[in-house]
Amino acid sequence: MDAILLQILNGLDKGGAYALIALGLTLVFGTLGVVNFAHGALFMLGAFCAVTFNKLLNLESVVIDPEQTTAWGSPLEVRTPYVEAWLGDFGAVLNDYSVPASIVLAIPVMLLVGIAMERGLIRYFYKRPHADQILVTFGLAIVIQEIIKHFFGANPIPQPAPDAFAGTAYVGEIFGLGQTLAYPWWRIVYLLFSLAVIGAVFAFLQFTTYGMVVRAGMHDRQTVGFLGIDIQRRFTVVFGLAAVVAGLAGVMYTPILPPDYHMGMEFLVLSFVVVVVGGMGSLGGAVAAGFLLGILQSFASMNEVKAIIPGIDQIIIYLVAVVILLTLPRGLLGRRGVMED
Amino acid sequence: MKFKTMNRRLFLRNSAIAGVGLAAPMHFIRGAYAQDMSCNVPTGDTVTFGWSVPLTGAYADEGADELKAFQLAVKHLNGEGDGGLIATMKPTALKGNGILGKKVAQVHGDSQTKTDAARDNAKRMIERDGAIMISGGSSSAEAVAVQSLCQDMGVIHMSGLTHSNDTTGKDKKRYGFRHFFNAYQSGVALGPVIGEAYGKDRRAYHLTADYTWGWTQEESIKAATEALGWETVAAVRTPLGSADFSQYITPVLNSGADVLILNHYGKDMVNSLTQAVQFGLRDKQVNGKNFEIVVPLFSELMAQGAGDAVKGIFGTSNWDWKLDDEATKTITKSFGAEYGTPPSQAAHTCYVQALLYADACERAGTFYAPEVIKALEGFEFDGMGNGATLYRAEDHQCMKPCLVVRGKQEPKDKFDLMEIVQVVSRDVTTYDPSIFGGELGPYDAKQC
Repeated sequence: MDAILLQILNGLDKGGAYALIALGLTLVFGTLGVVNFAHGALFMLGAFCAVTFNKLLNLESVVIDPEQTTAWGSPLEVRTPYVEAWLGDFGAVLNDYSVPASIVLAIPVMLLVGIAMERGLIRYFYKRPHADQILVTFGLAIVIQEIIKHFFGANPIPQPAPDAFAGTAYVGEIFGLGQTLAYPWWRIVYLLFSLAVIGAVFAFLQFTTYGMVVRAGMHDRQTVGFLGIDIQRRFTVVFGLAAVVAGLAGVMYTPILPPDYHMGMEFLVLSFVVVVVGGMGSLGGAVAAGFLLGILQSFASMNEVKAIIPGIDQIIIYLVAVVILLTLPRGLLGRRGVMED
Repeated sequence: MKFKTMNRRLFLRNSAIAGVGLAAPMHFIRGAYAQDMSCNVPTGDTVTFGWSVPLTGAYADEGADELKAFQLAVKHLNGEGDGGLIATMKPTALKGNGILGKKVAQVHGDSQTKTDAARDNAKRMIERDGAIMISGGSSSAEAVAVQSLCQDMGVIHMSGLTHSNDTTGKDKKRYGFRHFFNAYQSGVALGPVIGEAYGKDRRAYHLTADYTWGWTQEESIKAATEALGWETVAAVRTPLGSADFSQYITPVLNSGADVLILNHYGKDMVNSLTQAVQFGLRDKQVNGKNFEIVVPLFSELMAQGAGDAVKGIFGTSNWDWKLDDEATKTITKSFGAEYGTPPSQAAHTCYVQALLYADACERAGTFYAPEVIKALEGFEFDGMGNGATLYRAEDHQCMKPCLVVRGKQEPKDKFDLMEIVQVVSRDVTTYDPSIFGGELGPYDAKQC
């Protein structure tokens, strides 16, 4: 029982990341009709917002202490982060919580990056074939990767979770299942965070006038335009919003996966499978498929399963995608007419 | 005019004189002729070494430290700095004025912790840069691939951090030499210590990096623990360079195992150990015993990456900067003054390899590879930080003591993360070279 619950938790956790990235991809596709292969790079950029914020907080003063020496006889360098020197205990707490605090930096940065990307490049490809869009956005992703590699190097940069969430949550005790069911705190935080972001995006689209107009535009942009609404501007903002969602997913994932310049590509391929399985243009489908594939991947990694079909954990997502597309060609919740022209 | 009749005695005398007369010049030019037949013999006033080190990928931290060590070694060989281990090495022909009167130059490349990139590096450095010796690497897959290339090209490979039994076992090469210890020696050293600490009735679960080093590490530590009476519950392979090990760790929780053995190194080990601790493994009680984690190959660099997770964890090391001998103090001081950190075991082994190669050239009196190989084979030395060491001729594996270490509970600073539990003597770690098979291959010199 514990093993099954654990795999479900693991799957939900992974699925949260898939769902967040796929949600942004679907938003962009549903509004602008663009297949954005640079979306994984936005996830990676978000992660590097956390890295940058952490680096800023850890700018430090270096003082040589002549009284002390290192084990090899050199004078000891005493390093103190400025933020701790200036703000005392609050500075130390801020440093500890640098990953969640970096959301403050990530939201405006990702919004600007998203809007700049759409206005500066992607809008010129709206009426071009999907193949052109894929090529140009893939090229853009490589450019962003190389810029990050230039400034941050090629190696992963670990980001610690706050001390309070760095340990183990005894989930079993909470639900009266005994002490054996344990799960890392930060992964639980990530799952809750991804659910909150997904909820916020749906609430925005469902319950605000802005969101309603966007949804109407997704169905029939021409009619919305006839009503005198500048739907293009709203779609530009939606592109920025999708970039923020991807960026936030990246920020909070850094304690789980130390970010490097290539991390976006690893998630991008899986997220496209998620979008296709969920149904092109379907927000609900993207979220459902994200969690479903995350859980299936997690179960496929159980030794009992791998003993029957070796290597199944590596191919399960693609296998499920094939089966679903054979039985439901539009995906789980795909809309009629999307990418069927 | 009367001619002397040629008799048997006269014929033999004249033949001997003629033979000596013809052979004498060959004696004086033999080196020159041989050197012409060898790859990249230096003709100018410098000799070039090539470092192929992983500056990216799972073993990038080790690679960066290796490169620092090589650069320091070159400084010392050229007579700059404090001379480092040249002063403590015994015996040594090094004088701190280069090698055979030539200054040492160096080139390097990023092997990316990838076999094909490592081979490309080595080939480029040999063919384009004229490197006469290649060293470096933090992965056994790289070492095996590069020493094979070096054998084909007639260039000596002094491997850096490589711990697979295969490097000097089934894949050993005449042109490949390893100073670092191996997985078999880790198993022999660590087995009795963890048997003493955790008892004889244990159930072990292995997570293993899926390449030559992981396989032989798993094989060796399994042999050692099963000899203690431990049962192996499962041995699961993980891809090199995985960052998220959660899918491999969750099955451990309900496997009935009470020990997790992480046959991982570098960032793989940092990630897998940290995540295993986050999943509560070290707080668990299984089969009425505390759940334990063992990391057979351990280093200070990994301990820095894993932080508190390493406390109390057993492993083995080739060398540690806290050893109390004169050579260790010397290299630690020298490296610390240059870079502000103590050398890692990867840095130490690379530094020593560079000096050993240079010393062998000096002793051989030539850069001609077969002669240098012969100077290294069976060479017995001391004063390099590991105690009395033999470069065994049969497999080119150094025979020396190795260390059992444990993550320190109360570190004094960020470099004081491991304590030495036991120095396991060379007698214990020495084994029959035939157990791993393989053939060294010919001495033949080649022109590249």
